[in-house]
Amino acid sequence: MHTTSRLMALAGALVLATAISPALAARTDISVGLVLEPPNLDPTAGAAAAIDEVVYANIFEGLTRFGPDGSVNPALAESWDISEDGLTYTFHLHAGVAFHDGSEMNAEDVKFSLDRARAEDSTNAQKALFADIASVTVADPLTVTVTLSQPNGSFLFNMAWGDAVIVAPESAAANATDPVGTGPFLLEDWVQGDHVELVRNPDYWGEPVKLDKVTFKFIGDPTAGFAAMMAGDVDTFPNFPAPETLPQLAADPRFTVIVGSTEGETVMAMNNKRAPFDNVKVREAVAHAINREDIIDGAMFGYGTPIGTFFAPHNPAYVDLTGLSGYDPEKSKALLAEAGYADGFETTLQLPPTPYARRGGEVIAAQLAEVGITAKIENVEWAQWLEGPFKGNYDLTIVSHTEPFDIGAFAKPGYYFGYESEAFNQIIADLTNTTDPEMRTELIKQAQTTLAEDYAAVFLFELAKTGVANAKIVGLWENSPAQANDMTGVYWED
Amino acid sequence: MSDAPVVLERRDNLWRAALGSRSLVIGLAITLVFVVAALVSLAWTPYDVTKLAIAIKLRPPSPEHWFGTDIFGRDILAMIMVGARTSIAVAVIAVGIGIVLGVPLGLAAATLRGTLGDEVIMRGNDLIFAFPALLIAILITAVFGPGAVNAIIAIGIFNIPVFARLARGAALSLWTREFVMSARVAGKGRARISIEHILPNITNLLIVQGTIQFSLGILAEAALSYVGLGAQPPIPSWGRMLSEAQTMISIAPHTAIIPGLAIVLTVLGLNLMGDGLRDLFDPRLRRSRL
Repeated sequence: MHTTSRLMALAGALVLATAISPALAARTDISVGLVLEPPNLDPTAGAAAAIDEVVYANIFEGLTRFGPDGSVNPALAESWDISEDGLTYTFHLHAGVAFHDGSEMNAEDVKFSLDRARAEDSTNAQKALFADIASVTVADPLTVTVTLSQPNGSFLFNMAWGDAVIVAPESAAANATDPVGTGPFLLEDWVQGDHVELVRNPDYWGEPVKLDKVTFKFIGDPTAGFAAMMAGDVDTFPNFPAPETLPQLAADPRFTVIVGSTEGETVMAMNNKRAPFDNVKVREAVAHAINREDIIDGAMFGYGTPIGTFFAPHNPAYVDLTGLSGYDPEKSKALLAEAGYADGFETTLQLPPTPYARRGGEVIAAQLAEVGITAKIENVEWAQWLEGPFKGNYDLTIVSHTEPFDIGAFAKPGYYFGYESEAFNQIIADLTNTTDPEMRTELIKQAQTTLAEDYAAVFLFELAKTGVANAKIVGLWENSPAQANDMTGVYWED
Repeated sequence: MSDAPVVLERRDNLWRAALGSRSLVIGLAITLVFVVAALVSLAWTPYDVTKLAIAIKLRPPSPEHWFGTDIFGRDILAMIMVGARTSIAVAVIAVGIGIVLGVPLGLAAATLRGTLGDEVIMRGNDLIFAFPALLIAILITAVFGPGAVNAIIAIGIFNIPVFARLARGAALSLWTREFVMSARVAGKGRARISIEHILPNITNLLIVQGTIQFSLGILAEAALSYVGLGAQPPIPSWGRMLSEAQTMISIAPHTAIIPGLAIVLTVLGLNLMGDGLRDLFDPRLRRSRL
């Protein structure tokens, strides 16, 4: 007994020694800094972007998935067939896929997941993604047929969202704290308030990942985030919270600064239902009073792309409409006078606690003051923001909408913009029913133009993804087409 | 008949003692610099603090901008001047609340000594005193929303028990003195004695305590606006300047150092002044020095 354990120890030491020498060449663990901690780890039951930022593609997978460029790629569904009328999707699943608890992933699980998400009592945060599903039937263990009630051009795109991942009936209820998915990483440990640790799933069905361990560390304070990066406590910060320190990090050979695009349309919402913003002239006046370049330079240190409508500029269907709301204080004053506010008016501007809103808000308030509008700044916490402005109780507020392809938000009845336009609702309805790519592009362009011409909100800029990473890390997403930190392709260079 | 010369002589002595007290002179000088800066800012500032000039943001100190510019290109000197106004206004009104409410409560408690009224007043004060001052402030601003007015109320409330206790303690020792006795014998009511005889005799103490509370008020205002519960933008405030500058300390250190120094110096000045005044007014300390 004694000898055996000694031998074991010796063998262990040898293994360790051989393991260390290649480890010196390339690390297989990574720690990722995140600003927000997810409230739970179940992407099918929460709206928080922080959930997907941990679990998307790492722990959970859906039928399809987003690629780093925003394209929709096969995931658990190897391939699919779409019927002529665009109503029936037949998904062919990968064989040999297992959940983290060892059970097999098959067509029954897909049916369960989709039915659960679209059920009456579903707690899914994006139920609209599943609204067009009429029925889900299991053809055989590896084939699922989804029938839609009307053609939906973005159905495959919808299935790629984190909210549409496939879960198992026996573990779905506990996913909030004990997520069981099919992804290449398993949850090892979650120390609330500090970090989530993932380890490699040895039985992963797909291409094996190169990392053994991924630690997501939650660092809310920008100063602490900068310090953690400098000290090497985190290896990468995909959404670095302190853009002002980026030049310094870029000058440091240890780091690379990754500037990419996100789906974050940052807007100043004007309550279209409340005077004086119910008057389109006033909304136009506000839009002309605002100098986007100053906001991007002043609040975002130059990181951001001006937008003139509610659409991402890197999307091929984007129309540059910034000209409709160019900076022109004289025109703004004239419009205010036309609307009967020659002496300006007083209003409040509520700012949630993000740098783009707090800093951007100060710049905007100063710019509005130039044309005679007194915008009183009120700083609010997220909980207050969700209870107040997001429920339609506000004059002005600034927020970034980071969901991909979310122009339809303006057609949601009762949404906090207060924007109601029959014409726009019709365009969005037509868009949903159209599968022809050219027709879709045309409709998307119409939708953008309608919003810009109605001055439905002040469209400020597209958030940039400003990430920092150790220069030796390869495979991080440059852009943010979805809320995700996909670690599947990440590795350390020698 | 012989009153006038004696008073004059006392004043002379006080003056001389005041000028001889190094901490009082230095403290007063520092405080005056900030008070003057605040007053001047009412009429004139080197630049408009509400005008942004993004093109010249984060410039280091230069002849055009003595203290440099901040993240939005505003002149930091101008912001410090206007910020001094915010700080001083908040602290003065807050101390005022403490004195106006606290002193009468303390005097009343002293006259009602040993009765239920005394107990109610003083235990009520203890209740407020039991909470850490900043906690009360955060509570109030959390309920009623952030803003300079709520910051004033919050800081003012925790000043009340300070002055109430001080007034009661001092008044109690005076109530046993002969001149109070004689006033009572002469038929003066308790309230009248409190106002005519007790209050003038505790003014020195109140001034000293007021100076110290004033410096605490400035600190509290800075702390509240540092966490975003004080004066709201665009009104400049030292605490907020500091919090906005904290991520920029490595690229533009002046944006953090200057408001930090302003807070430190003002509080230092006021504390030195308070020390000096206490030495001056406390006869025992003065005698020991002579």
